[in-house]
Amino acid sequence: MSPSAPKPTVRKVRLRYFAVLREYAGVNCENRESSAVTVEDLYDEIKEEKGFELKKDFIRFACNGDFVGSEYSLSDGDEIVFIPPVAGG
Amino acid sequence: MLFDLSSEPIEVNCLRNGMISQDCGGFVAFEGWVRDYNDGKAVLRLEYEAYEELALLEGHRIMMEALDRFPIKDISCVHRVGLLDLKEVAVWIGVSAVHRGEAFDACRYLIDEIKSRVPIWKKEFFTDGSKAWTRCHKCADGNNNNQRENE
Repeated sequence: MSPSAPKPTVRKVRLRYFAVLREYAGVNCENRESSAVTVEDLYDEIKEEKGFELKKDFIRFACNGDFVGSEYSLSDGDEIVFIPPVAGG
Repeated sequence: MLFDLSSEPIEVNCLRNGMISQDCGGFVAFEGWVRDYNDGKAVLRLEYEAYEELALLEGHRIMMEALDRFPIKDISCVHRVGLLDLKEVAVWIGVSAVHRGEAFDACRYLIDEIKSRVPIWKKEFFTDGSKAWTRCHKCADGNNNNQRENE
């Protein structure tokens, strides 16, 4: 009997959306269960699902109120924000 | 030192007066105004939106960097959020220093860093009825262009 493949870990995260991504998503925030490992993987998943028309190259990432790199590994309870190109000033 | 967001018009005189100090010989202020033209189109109004907690955190970081890099005395910065009409002040930065050179240099550094790093977004409403998030319309799949908007 062959061993079954390990099931991917599902994490519960909270997402907040701003600006153009908020308009694409149709919501300000949402709770989500995802098997994405990194914050970059999470963007890929949601981008496809919601039809974000923003390439990942132009997105920065934030977790729990501060910037993180694209390879940040998600944890249960994380609050994630995808940051589209900024235009202050 | 002050970095703040405001949904009300910026009281520039109040900010300036709060920075006056007898140990400073130079003061430089920058005001970003809402102008009537951008990217070849006539602008009606702007809307600024912020990820507030990170905007405040990153704004404070930038100010600490400026205090470390330049021999200056004090910095204040207020950025508007919400709807702005033409000619309104969108951002105000004040820098005081013993001498004018470092005040100019620090002010330039502050506005350049704020524009590129702080999570604040600008939506332009054009007179032709269209609207667009600045810097985002060139970031769609298939585009390789991400030009920075000019002041």
